[in-house]
Amino acid sequence: MTKVADNVNPHIYEKGSEREITSTDLDEDVVDEIDEREVFDLIRNINDPEHPLSLEELRVIEESNIRVDNKENTVYVNFTPTIPHCSMATLIGLSIRVQLLRALPSRFKVTVRVTEGTHASEHAVNKQLADKERVAAALENNNLVQIINQCVATQ
Amino acid sequence: MKKLELLQTLNGHKGIVWNVSWHPAGNIFASCGEDKTIKLWSKEGQEWTIKTVLVDGHQRTIREVAWSPCGNFLASASFDATTAIWDKKSGQFECNATLEGHENEVKSVAWSPSGQLLATCGRDKSVWVWEVTGEDEYECEAVLNAHNQDVKKVQWHPTMDLLASASYDNTVKLYKEDKVDNDWTCVATLQSHESTVWSLAFDKTGERLATCSDDRTVKIWKEYKEDNQEGVIVTDKESTWKCVCTLSGYHSRCIYDISWCHQTGLIATACGDDIIRIFQESEDSDPNAPTFELICTKLDAHPQDVNCVTWNPKGNHELISCTDNGEIRIWKFEE
Repeated sequence: MTKVADNVNPHIYEKGSEREITSTDLDEDVVDEIDEREVFDLIRNINDPEHPLSLEELRVIEESNIRVDNKENTVYVNFTPTIPHCSMATLIGLSIRVQLLRALPSRFKVTVRVTEGTHASEHAVNKQLADKERVAAALENNNLVQIINQCVATQ
Repeated sequence: MKKLELLQTLNGHKGIVWNVSWHPAGNIFASCGEDKTIKLWSKEGQEWTIKTVLVDGHQRTIREVAWSPCGNFLASASFDATTAIWDKKSGQFECNATLEGHENEVKSVAWSPSGQLLATCGRDKSVWVWEVTGEDEYECEAVLNAHNQDVKKVQWHPTMDLLASASYDNTVKLYKEDKVDNDWTCVATLQSHESTVWSLAFDKTGERLATCSDDRTVKIWKEYKEDNQEGVIVTDKESTWKCVCTLSGYHSRCIYDISWCHQTGLIATACGDDIIRIFQESEDSDPNAPTFELICTKLDAHPQDVNCVTWNPKGNHELISCTDNGEIRIWKFEE
């Protein structure tokens, strides 16, 4: 039996354009700080666990919900579940965390949270995603890591 | 000038180093982490070096290690749901007993002051008390299900068989054995933190407890016994533990560990902002509303989160800390 998705008919949005390469991007003498767009590009193509769509297409992730502070070495990502009772919220958050853990320099402290007011168990999901010990234990679970790797793999 | 001077940086582990533990003699320490190994370190001249590596005891991350008060046994708590007991009766360190029973990750392990009892806790929300019943024999005395979430830390009172546990449910609980029916029960619940309590430490008298939390505060709790002078209400003859001090505004991220030196009285904290902080009680501190001053802030103590801090039990101002990238550091606090 295949599990029926929580949200059978999610609203699908159009993908944004690719990052425009500017002349300063190509200039080796200009320091390229990691910015919101770069973090967005790292996570926009993560696949939804239930639909053959990216988190960007479902508007779970938006560039305006990302904050980067290079001085403080912090990255904040808010993600918006498609429905308030989405049972996949923790898994989606974990996939975002894992992707950023692997892709960003280790100096960054990454905080992944549900966009305020968009999920019924927002507080519980946020607390779990913020608990590094539980995230570390989850990442030792091979089945879970396989699922996350499928989500994170770009098609 | 009060400062933490770095004595040595040790790189022996791969990945997260979760915990370091001093041998009671203060001349050896054990470390453990994500790489599933335990390393025993001691000093050769001025340098700390690895003396022994314990492998194959656990299938997953080793979260915590603890020496028995006699220094002959080392217990290790692992995400593989077991706790291993190591000793060197045969001449070299071997795992001679494995404690099984927890449903999943074991998060912490601690020996009672007599060395006759052991406590473990874990993700399954339970705290287990084990009794040493013979050579390499351990029996479960009690399974305590007082917490309703993941239990992060267990720690015994410095002189009595009073056990404390800290949890993801934001509370700290205390347990002891009822001598009449040998039943272990929860005798106090300490409520005040607003998020996960990660660690706790008794002071040398055992009448005070320091706790640290994801809510970025440290709290000091004081025991009020029956018929106390202050008039704090005590019910059922069990002491009341009251939060008498909250250190807030000092830490900018989750506080993962706290160590209260029984010799010097200094409190050290390990924080997710990569900083080690040291607090000292003020000289004119009121016992019922104590004040603690931040006397040292070591910025960038590690390149990543500080997971653990622990004072040398000999009171020589040595401190060990560890972090996520395999690094352990030894510090000396200079007054």
